[in-house]
Amino acid sequence: MMMNDQSIEAHTLSVLVENAAGVLARVIGLFSGRGYNIESLTVAEVDGEAHMSRITIVTSGSPMVIEQIKAQLSRIVPVSRVTDLTVEAEAIEREMALVKVAGTGEKRVEALRVSESFRARVVDTTHESFVFELTGAKTKIDAFVQLMRPLGLKEVSRTGIAAIARGPEAM
Amino acid sequence: MSDQKTDQMTGAEIVIKALKDQGVEHIFGYPGGAVLPIYDEIFKQDWLHHILVRHEQGAAHAAEGYARSTGKCGVLLVTSGPGATNAVTGLTDALMDSIPLVCITGQVPTHLIGSDAFQECDTVGITRPCTKHNYLVKSVDDLAEIMHEAFYIATSGRPGPVVVDIPKDIQFAPGPYMSPEKISKASYQPPKKGDLNGIREAAELIASAKKPVFYTGGGVVNAGPVASKLLREFVGLTGYPITSTLMGLGAFPASDDQWLGMLGMHGTYEANMAMHDCDVMINIGARFDDRITGRLDAFSPNSKKIHVDIDPSSINKTVHVDVPIVGDVAHVLEDMIRIWKETACSPDKKAIAEWWQEIEGWRKVNSLGFEKSDTIIKPQYAVQRLYELSKGKDVYISTEVGQHQMWAAQHFHFEEPNRWMTSGGLGTMGYGLPAAIGTQIAHPEALVIDIAGEASVLMNMQEMSTAVQYNLPVKIFILNNEYMGMVRQWQQLLHGGRYSHSYSEALPDFVKLAEAYGATGIRATNPSELDEAIKQMIDTPGPVIFDCVVSKDENCFPMIPSGKAHNEMILAGEPADVEVSEEGKALV
Repeated sequence: MMMNDQSIEAHTLSVLVENAAGVLARVIGLFSGRGYNIESLTVAEVDGEAHMSRITIVTSGSPMVIEQIKAQLSRIVPVSRVTDLTVEAEAIEREMALVKVAGTGEKRVEALRVSESFRARVVDTTHESFVFELTGAKTKIDAFVQLMRPLGLKEVSRTGIAAIARGPEAM
Repeated sequence: MSDQKTDQMTGAEIVIKALKDQGVEHIFGYPGGAVLPIYDEIFKQDWLHHILVRHEQGAAHAAEGYARSTGKCGVLLVTSGPGATNAVTGLTDALMDSIPLVCITGQVPTHLIGSDAFQECDTVGITRPCTKHNYLVKSVDDLAEIMHEAFYIATSGRPGPVVVDIPKDIQFAPGPYMSPEKISKASYQPPKKGDLNGIREAAELIASAKKPVFYTGGGVVNAGPVASKLLREFVGLTGYPITSTLMGLGAFPASDDQWLGMLGMHGTYEANMAMHDCDVMINIGARFDDRITGRLDAFSPNSKKIHVDIDPSSINKTVHVDVPIVGDVAHVLEDMIRIWKETACSPDKKAIAEWWQEIEGWRKVNSLGFEKSDTIIKPQYAVQRLYELSKGKDVYISTEVGQHQMWAAQHFHFEEPNRWMTSGGLGTMGYGLPAAIGTQIAHPEALVIDIAGEASVLMNMQEMSTAVQYNLPVKIFILNNEYMGMVRQWQQLLHGGRYSHSYSEALPDFVKLAEAYGATGIRATNPSELDEAIKQMIDTPGPVIFDCVVSKDENCFPMIPSGKAHNEMILAGEPADVEVSEEGKALV
């Protein structure tokens, strides 16, 4: 009767919460306490007047575990809404990264060339380094970072995924 | 403006006023530096009865006993730091068993928070995973609303403990008071009514069953006496067998013919076999706990399952169900009965009669039977005598955790809900005595008995002082086998009889201990003197410690060994060396 032999899949959950002290800790504590995965997590206030924040979590598990995660999230008192963007909507997912690459000569030119093809922006320059700003799907950023590795990659800072459903409806 | 002025109170006054407006009459607590302003307000009034415990864990369990036996919210008040950390076990216990509690903790003044001040701890951090919700009050302006919201959250939906952590400066600060009806009920709106389509589907499935069983739990008790009444009506309408979890005992009368006894690891043979072989399982307010299911992949393999639960996260957590209904048990049962009658549902009488015949066969196994003795008191016999001799009285039973708890569940029978206070989910040794105290506070005239083990009861024995101070006539009925019996049993069955540290060495003389507290001590060592001694205990007006010296190596049967299925129970008298897989051994 157990269904834990089902395939593991990644889901993107949008969680609308009251922007109060300790709410994020409750959400994160739920994941660590119950042994769920967090692959990406972003949080910011999205409605200052209503004091609402939006947490976007990418997690993975069997369908039964994903259902359980959603139910557990929903029962946290200051959580007002949980949406599974992977099943409930066709969603757009974007991540932003700041990527520092240092080098001179050929490598420096190549780094800049690659950044152009990825439509990355140069947001800081010195004679021996760039900081690129890049927005896109997670896979695009993974690919970019991979390409920069041999070209003098120094440091990466990523925001984690923000996601929203396509179309006119709100979550 | 002048109106607003007169509405100003200190934080401590706001706390007390909020308690009054919430209808609180009793509060269990222990004072300390960070709650002195609140204690000062308690001193100044006469309607709120404060019960001074001897340890904050005792306060939490007493509040649980109070809540469980009344259906009301239990309230406790403890100081910062160790006061709060000592309460954590009780809060976790209440979370696991869905008991409504409001726990007020003092905190160091706001400006000292985070400075590792004396008796400071991160109370909201520590209690976050063991509460339904918690608050750190940062402004006195929010205090009244938080207090009322705490009660609302603790008691609505699936009940649970709520902590309100109040820094000392907030307790002194003047602020506005708001009465409960002015509070917006937050965003938290748990469902009450179940989905009617689901209920209709369930009713059809129930009517079509050939081998049905009701499997009910603590949710029925939590939904109030009306839920128990409706359950009785519906079970009566169907004529189907019913079993219950440890937490649900009393929701359905044990004297009824349809009652199969408790199910699960130490449940009856007939209950577990019915669960295993049923074709329709009707789970009402239970959560497929691992004590119930045994081996999950062999759990009731051929049944369609209906699950009524107020908490959506209980649905499909470990066991996949076919008809989930999220809602309050009482509301769902009300709709269920209405639909059952409207659609003139009627069970398949022939199939049900055959099913009952099969069940009667299992009943004949007499799985709760045990070998009697003339020379030594068998623990099961002691519970049976206690049950018989207290019959007809206004009885409430609490327990500690272990073998005695299971024997109490098996051999003490309940006709009404809210009569059985036990730590089911967390399994907290030391729960029973303080829970009995809380129960006795709520029911001063009742006969409140803590069926205890000698090891468990010592974990909160200090609460005897509380019982004596308030002249609470609780009876502590210790099944004394000089072992942590359940640990010993597992060591015997699973660890080759290597009794590692499970012997209760250096026990106190419980009779003298009772006397040292100013209570009455009674000892029985022989079956022939047991009845008289129990009668004497019941007739004693004050608190009693009853040292019932029982056989030392009795095992609690029947038992589903860990990692086994319902139909692989071991019964008393069967060879005791069980073959348990390595996987099973790793389970608890």
